[in-house]
Amino acid sequence: MSDIEVDILVPNQTRYLSLIGSIGEAIGRELDRYQGDREALAYHLNLVLTEALANAIRHAHCADVHKTVRVEIHVDPDCLCIKVHDQGQGFDLKALPEMPPDPCFEHGRGLFLIRCLMDEVEYQRGVDGNVLVMKKRLG
Amino acid sequence: MQVEIEKHPEWMIVRLGEPRVDAHNSDALKERFQKLLESGEKRLLVDLSQVRFIDSSGLGALLSGYKNANLHQGTLALAGLQPRVKEMFELTRLNRVFEVYSSVDEAIGKQS
Repeated sequence: MSDIEVDILVPNQTRYLSLIGSIGEAIGRELDRYQGDREALAYHLNLVLTEALANAIRHAHCADVHKTVRVEIHVDPDCLCIKVHDQGQGFDLKALPEMPPDPCFEHGRGLFLIRCLMDEVEYQRGVDGNVLVMKKRLG
Repeated sequence: MQVEIEKHPEWMIVRLGEPRVDAHNSDALKERFQKLLESGEKRLLVDLSQVRFIDSSGLGALLSGYKNANLHQGTLALAGLQPRVKEMFELTRLNRVFEVYSSVDEAIGKQS
């Protein structure tokens, strides 16, 4: 499969989580260069897109329906890269614990799951916005 | 959130009829648990066999129901987890929190 480039502006509403997640899932199923379990990869891409988009919608953009979230998916021969942009205050990813949250806590598992399922995760803060970058090696 | 409720002598079975439980519908699920517990139900068995996708908000809604059930001197158990859904419980170690049955039939059988 040749390189894939997807660049979408998503309305800031959780009703679009399923649509964006399913795009990631469909791409995962088509990645015949991936050596691992493609069905698992497809599910995991659905999940990380859902988690990242939900964080942007609810936390960064405070559920403001007038905003949008930009989602980019790029596939090259060796790597799949997802970028989810937000215009919120941002946060320090490195300050978050890498262990699963206490079982008593109802929140805080989204970024933990993203870190579990992707090979590289970073959050870049900028004056014009922030971006969560999630990479999966395909080789 | 499509939910079917079925009364059983030992459990109030809560069958989730959605393929996805995520940040879009998890608050509705949380409220459903809250209402059932407030109406006096003490033993909730959540049938997840139709759920093929769950995110952290969905896990949080189930955990909220579990904690709420404990506050009402009750319990909330899970049944019928599909493999990918089960993986999410294992990654977050929430499988150690919930009582989990392979199916509703197994849960009912264990109680009879």
